[in-house]
Amino acid sequence: MKRFFISILVALLLSACAPQGPATLTVMTHDSFAVSEEVVAAFEQANNVKVAFLPSGDSGAALNKAILSKDAPLADVFYGVDNTFLSRALEAGIFEPYASPLLKIIPENFKLDPQNRALPVDYGDVCLNYDRAWFEAHALPVPASLQDLLKPEYKGLLVVENPATSSPGLAFLLATVAEFGDPGYLDFWAKLRQNGVTVVDGWETAYYTNFSASSGRGPQPLVVSYASSPAAEVIFADPPVQQPPTGSVLGPGTCFRQIEFVGILKGTRQRALAEKFVDFMLDTRFQEDVPLQMFVYPVNPRASLPDEFVRWAATAENPAGLDPALIAANREKWIAAWTETVLR
Amino acid sequence: MSKVEAQKTDVISDAGLSGRSIRLRARRSRHFRGLLWLPALSFLALFFFYPLARILGLSLEIPALSDAQALRVMARALTFTLYQATLSTLLTLALGLPAAFLFARFTFKGKAFLRTLTAIPFMLPTVVVASGFNAWLGPRGWLNMLLMAIFRLSAPPITLVGTLGAILAAHVFYNTTIVIRVVGNALSLLNPRLEQAARTLGANRQQVFWQLTLPLLRPYLLAAGLLVFLFDFTSFGVILILGGPQFATLEVEIYLQAMHYFNLPLAAWLSLVQLLCTLIFSALYSHLIRRTLVAAAPRPVETTSPRSWRARLFTILMACLLFAFYLLPLASLPLRSLTRLEAERGQRGEVQYGLTTRYYTELFFNRRGSVFYIPPVQALGNSLGYAALTVILSLALGIPAALALTRPGRLEYLLDPLLMLPLGASAVTLGLGFILAFNAPPFSSEFSLLTSPLLVPLAHTIIALPFVVRSLQPALASIPVSLRQAAATLGASPVRVWREVDWPIIRRATLSAGVFAFTVSMGEFGAASLVARPEYPTLPLAIYRFLSQPGGLNYGQAMAMSTILMLVTGLGILLIEKLRLPGTTEF
Repeated sequence: MKRFFISILVALLLSACAPQGPATLTVMTHDSFAVSEEVVAAFEQANNVKVAFLPSGDSGAALNKAILSKDAPLADVFYGVDNTFLSRALEAGIFEPYASPLLKIIPENFKLDPQNRALPVDYGDVCLNYDRAWFEAHALPVPASLQDLLKPEYKGLLVVENPATSSPGLAFLLATVAEFGDPGYLDFWAKLRQNGVTVVDGWETAYYTNFSASSGRGPQPLVVSYASSPAAEVIFADPPVQQPPTGSVLGPGTCFRQIEFVGILKGTRQRALAEKFVDFMLDTRFQEDVPLQMFVYPVNPRASLPDEFVRWAATAENPAGLDPALIAANREKWIAAWTETVLR
Repeated sequence: MSKVEAQKTDVISDAGLSGRSIRLRARRSRHFRGLLWLPALSFLALFFFYPLARILGLSLEIPALSDAQALRVMARALTFTLYQATLSTLLTLALGLPAAFLFARFTFKGKAFLRTLTAIPFMLPTVVVASGFNAWLGPRGWLNMLLMAIFRLSAPPITLVGTLGAILAAHVFYNTTIVIRVVGNALSLLNPRLEQAARTLGANRQQVFWQLTLPLLRPYLLAAGLLVFLFDFTSFGVILILGGPQFATLEVEIYLQAMHYFNLPLAAWLSLVQLLCTLIFSALYSHLIRRTLVAAAPRPVETTSPRSWRARLFTILMACLLFAFYLLPLASLPLRSLTRLEAERGQRGEVQYGLTTRYYTELFFNRRGSVFYIPPVQALGNSLGYAALTVILSLALGIPAALALTRPGRLEYLLDPLLMLPLGASAVTLGLGFILAFNAPPFSSEFSLLTSPLLVPLAHTIIALPFVVRSLQPALASIPVSLRQAAATLGASPVRVWREVDWPIIRRATLSAGVFAFTVSMGEFGAASLVARPEYPTLPLAIYRFLSQPGGLNYGQAMAMSTILMLVTGLGILLIEKLRLPGTTEF
């Protein structure tokens, strides 16, 4: 028994000291992060470095972990804070500024931090998705606006994510704030609750367990997801399909545009490598990989989009807009009030 | 003069010491006892009281109580916690009472097995129980998959996960054994002559039950109910995994406020409310226990096989009910971990059904798209390492403290409750305290060790220490002082006395305490969910993350890891049972 414990202890101590080889650059991300193997391998080879990705929960939870450990950072680079949470990251001071030379290519409207502590990487629209087959079978028109969701014929059809634990959930909440104002959005949500809205903790559960058109074949034919989700359904279909089984509601004011950022974590011991990685993320190779891996749009206009993406993915005509300063000042208040209204 | 005689005279002259040197010795022994306390107390001070003080400090700093929103959140969480705990307790009593009656009065085939079966969940980690229920009744569980296959349904017909029902069922599953043990013991000690006398005097069955048996059982019912209530009150994993976002107890709300809303002051306030409540309930319980611990009959009542048709029907129905209620979730889990019922990655094509070991072999691979950047099996390695450290730490701290407690002086009466205080703090509160205490200066920058993975075993040691001390104490106390004195008289040095007298006697208890600490650490979820670094996840954390991921492969891996955890803790429980000294009691 004693020998058993000692061997375990030794194993633990050994596992604590990472193997010594080429330097390791650690990139902290949210759970939805994805990248092609060969794209990362190219970076690793070019810089003689090993890149380790550290998925740390949903984007909010990952950011909070980065903030809680800012005095002894877990990683060198943090990717995945979006415009809904940006102010929290900047106020906590977890990032070091870095004016990447590639920033000059990127359109101004994506650069929300003038000090370049957080650099834009990609963007996507959070929109309602619907199950085509279900709506055809029930001969029901697809809702065209947020207000439509309150109609009795859509009772019990929608699943949304908890904005406290999920970033598309928060984005959708912000879309309703933009549409109905404060405190009008609470009235909308109270009515939506009456109309049988289902709330789950994260996008994965909402889309893959509750949504009827995904492989999970769940009970709800309407889900808060991304404008690019229908393209993903075609590209990953097994067996192949001609048309996506889902569609996005793209009407004015129904979607919210999310911009995701990367930043160098304060206290990194590999500043030079971290800078290279940030450049790499903004450069065309990575940017062209982004659409099919994470189903978001690259911010770099020189990156060309894959054909399937051009054909099936869409961007919102007129996404809801909210002043970042307003979001920063009210985010926690809105989430708390939403929780009171919808969950409790 | 022979050698032995010389030693004897030495002893005699030793015995004739002057009063001054006796006092000196007494003082030295007090110093020695203080030394025994030192490791445990300094550890508690640094890793329990300091984090607690940080929580208190933060809550005093920010007047969350003047914030209407914060007040509402606290009131909601407290109300729901009380509500679900009361409901769970009542349901547990409703199942536990007839079950206790069954075990106390009747003998039947498979009784010993059924008794063990009902006791197993009590020690199982919450993630395992949650996974078990998920594997049986969840949207991808056996029952739903079966019904969907039979009736060609497109959606799972039963929604249990995400409802209050799931929470209540899991709580009943967990705690019925408490009622069976506490009330069952009382029932078997109840003198049957009393009931016979009442029947002779003309009372019918109902009257006997309502006017005699129930009043006599009341203190035990209360004690069992209160204990069940206390466990339900601090429930965390069950609510988080089986309940979904609609339900937040104080524990869950602390976690949410700290990790998701990032409102640390409110989390601190909630922790204080939680701490206060558990302290009140624990005090009530120990007060009650002190009053009820009076033996009712000299020896247990003989159990008989059921004779009347009523008794037979009751026995069969009750045994079947318990059997189904306990076996189905526990058996669904390992079976589901070996069976493919849905597409690996969420394809729409035909699914190959059948047995598979893929979920286990897949644990050794690290896919870039996976939620961890390490192979999942490494989470098992981490947990084993954490548990080993917890064992070493809690024994190193617990043995001296238990030694000091064997001959309690004034100091011990003061320090003993202090040592037991961590029992009253919830794991999530402890985790929050660790975050506040060790992720901030002065600890973060200078001692980078403290923001390392070590935080997990340190927290687990705090949780395990009271149990370790309590299980070592009786064994140490059972060593007759005369034995040590005799050894010393015969010339053994203190070290040799320890090695030849104390150690052989407490070896079993030490092993048992160690295994207990090991099992606690393996399954602990609440504290780890706050303090574990993402690159060193524990097994329960890995299970939690995999359970919510899409696709059959992730779900299967969660089931496989839960099965492994169930086996490890099951072995631990078995070992503890084997090592149990005759006559020691639980709870």
